[in-house]
Amino acid sequence: MTLIDLANPTRFLSLTARVLPWLMAATAILLAGGLYLSALAPDDYQQGATVKIMFIHVPNAWLSMFVWGVMSIAALGTLVWRHPLADVAAKAAAPIGAAFTFLALVTGSLWGRPMWGTYWEWDARLTSVLVLFLMYLGLIALWRAVDDPSRAARAAAVLTLVGAINIPIIKFSVDWWNTLHQGASVLRMGGPTMDRAFLIPLLVMAVAFSLLFITLHLAAMRNEILRRRVRSLQMMQASQRAA
Amino acid sequence: MSLGPYTSFITTSYAVVAVVVLLLIVWIAIDYRTQRARLRELEASGVTRRSGRGASELG
Repeated sequence: MTLIDLANPTRFLSLTARVLPWLMAATAILLAGGLYLSALAPDDYQQGATVKIMFIHVPNAWLSMFVWGVMSIAALGTLVWRHPLADVAAKAAAPIGAAFTFLALVTGSLWGRPMWGTYWEWDARLTSVLVLFLMYLGLIALWRAVDDPSRAARAAAVLTLVGAINIPIIKFSVDWWNTLHQGASVLRMGGPTMDRAFLIPLLVMAVAFSLLFITLHLAAMRNEILRRRVRSLQMMQASQRAA
Repeated sequence: MSLGPYTSFITTSYAVVAVVVLLLIVWIAIDYRTQRARLRELEASGVTRRSGRGASELG
């Protein structure tokens, strides 16, 4: 099946019906394995047991940026290629991305209090991630404010592409500015600096959360396609009654 | 497994993640049921898609 085949919403729905049960099972197994490995991980010599917060904080932080990346590609799909499912994908991803960003902020805050002595600091990394969260909320509000999905899609696509400038700012904020937040220790030139005892649970949790995103995103896209069918049938019903 | 003096921070972090992920799953599941129910109601009232297929069919 090619990408162009998936442009047909009906074909997409039949694909999700087949794939979703397998994705759900794989996500549950990997999450259980990741939680098990996280529980077994030793204490860090500096952070103590709070290193366990990293196993949920880092995947959520990665996904907060990754989801915006997915929405940016979908925005190009809407504006350039006019792919029928592009705006469905963008709209379905926004609340999930907002949830991951919220979790990255909350878990980071709960790690920061014992390690930095504060829940919050207006430094470059924390502030740029807060801006990302507010942009997600703005996009969700925009989708809800405009009744016509195709008009909302174009406006949301432009806003998404403008907002994408924040992603490299978040990623490189720890290099460009002097911040409390530590620098990259996994995705960096020269390889990870983290010990395998922490790296393996972290990577398993990262894959598990990525699968969770794919599963939730496909399910939310399926819902959005059904919502649009409801809308078009309601419009047909209204026009039949008016005739 | 001992979490030492940071138990409250660690357990709160995991609890918040669990609650938010569960809320997302429940929200998406309820939304799915709601849309399917609306489509069935519309079909029952005689409105059909131009393709002639049942709108609530997944495919």
